[in-house]
Amino acid sequence: MKTSLGEPTTSGIAFFLVFVCVSLLITYWAARRTRTTTEYYAAARSITAFQNGLALAGDYMSAASFLGIAGLVALSGFDGMIYATGWLVGWPVLLFLVAEPLRNLGKFTFADVVAYRLRQRPIRIAAAIGSILTVLFYTIAQMVGAGNLIKLMFGLSYETAVIIVGVVMLIYVLFGGMIATTWVQIIKACLLLGGVTLLMILTMAQFDFSPGVLYSKVASTYSQASLEPGKLITDPLDAISLGLALMFGLLGLPHILMRFYTVPDAKEARKSVGWATGFIGYFYCIIPLVGFGASVLVGRELIASVDKGGNMAALLLSELLAGTPFLGFVAAVAFATILAVVAGLTLAGASALSHDIYVNVVKGGHATEWEQVKVARIATVIVGLLAIILGIVFKGQNVAFMVGLAFAVACSANFPALLLSITWKKLTTAGATASIVVGAVLATVLIILSPTVWVDVFKNQAAVFPLKNPAIVSMTASFVTAFVVSLVSREKEAEQKFGDQRTRTYLALGAE
Amino acid sequence: MGQSKKPVEESHEFKELVTTRWVVAGTLTLLVFITYYGFILMVGLSRETLARKIGEATTLGIPLAVLVIVISFLLTLVYIVWANTGYDKRVAALTRMLDKR
Repeated sequence: MKTSLGEPTTSGIAFFLVFVCVSLLITYWAARRTRTTTEYYAAARSITAFQNGLALAGDYMSAASFLGIAGLVALSGFDGMIYATGWLVGWPVLLFLVAEPLRNLGKFTFADVVAYRLRQRPIRIAAAIGSILTVLFYTIAQMVGAGNLIKLMFGLSYETAVIIVGVVMLIYVLFGGMIATTWVQIIKACLLLGGVTLLMILTMAQFDFSPGVLYSKVASTYSQASLEPGKLITDPLDAISLGLALMFGLLGLPHILMRFYTVPDAKEARKSVGWATGFIGYFYCIIPLVGFGASVLVGRELIASVDKGGNMAALLLSELLAGTPFLGFVAAVAFATILAVVAGLTLAGASALSHDIYVNVVKGGHATEWEQVKVARIATVIVGLLAIILGIVFKGQNVAFMVGLAFAVACSANFPALLLSITWKKLTTAGATASIVVGAVLATVLIILSPTVWVDVFKNQAAVFPLKNPAIVSMTASFVTAFVVSLVSREKEAEQKFGDQRTRTYLALGAE
Repeated sequence: MGQSKKPVEESHEFKELVTTRWVVAGTLTLLVFITYYGFILMVGLSRETLARKIGEATTLGIPLAVLVIVISFLLTLVYIVWANTGYDKRVAALTRMLDKR
């Protein structure tokens, strides 16, 4: 099969330009509605549950879920499906444990919830560091992925690709704030869900619309083993630890948590998780069909020869089934996917810098509305430029571990403090701060000592820490730290405020 | 506001509401755990079960993986229906009690 992948095709550029133009028009429209902090950070709390469900899906379904899982299924078969399930199971837990209390207690960031009844300065600094670390690790993975993928798809140089992504998303976030970011997520989610559905239908048309026929073809082309568990899970403890990171990491991702402030109340927050889980679940159910289809129709050898991680499987399949114009469309969808995810991350990073650090730590909570919006925009530029610089600095590096690291820090640093601040009366400032610090440091250090970095990146013989993802150790340590430190450092004021916090958590009294 | 709220948070109804909320949330979280880790442990400990053919080539693992996703979604629906009907009504009743004061 001859492919025009890697060359800038007319259709690819056309679809991409249409997307950028439409999203910039939306940004222009949004910019005129973005004057206050509530508008900048929370889209004036005017997003409906259905819209937020799409936007959450848009924020979460990165290029890794689309191109990565399709590629993993294409090259390793059933293992890719096991991997996909792990990415969904955090969503119901997010709904059961934190979505509604978070919406009722907070204003713009998850640190608002943690700091509700604790001493502002130390806890805001700790929570902001947890947020910023998570956002940075996630952003590095996205930017490096963007540079590589766009190079493969359009033939642009790595640096050009990183700069284009950085500048375009910076325009969305800087001028249009959360309103523009939300609509970019919604459009991207629709494009991604629609595009992959179309690709799935075209694929299944080749197999009489019967998954059974497709699987038989996979088994006869390769082996029955493609449909059985392979090498992905060899050590159950490793699998449990990764599962914990994926499940509870979602509950500590600042850019996801921030989205709950864009809806009017807890009920809409609740319903939006239902929509998001439906959209993301549907996506993970159909993407393996695309992957299996690519392995039969395109062939593993060709897929691996274009990119050894298999990331181009879905694109090669699009071209084979519907020609270069469809390839252009799917490539543009992948580009839009990256843009939208990075925009969400940047806004979350900026809110931690400006709302948590500047307004609540430096200014002690006293800053005028005008000043707050100005600082939010300056923080956005800082985070955006940092994303571009980090993308270029990490060029050519193996950053596959960065997403795992982001989830490990999220579930070890951010999640325990968040959950305990909602549910445990005796949590103290010292306890929460120590738990965030221990979680963040332990997650980072253990990942460096784990096989994913110590062996795969630094090329050492054996890993110092045996598990690929440290969540089971670092998250547990973070909870234990919170309990122990809180019990030895009683804080009367925090306990007294807990009653007041409870009526706000469960009855929404005084919620913003 | 601050003074009139106090009795509500100490009222029997409020305490029961909070307990019920966490019992429901905890039970559903446990069900997600059982579903997902049941599947993962099956991959780790009993490959043969997942590799068993249920069609010409289709293995039992494929529908089970889809089932994990479907069950997760259904559990979110269970929670939403419970919260929209039961929980919200009790919150409204408690808030009305507050307003009367």
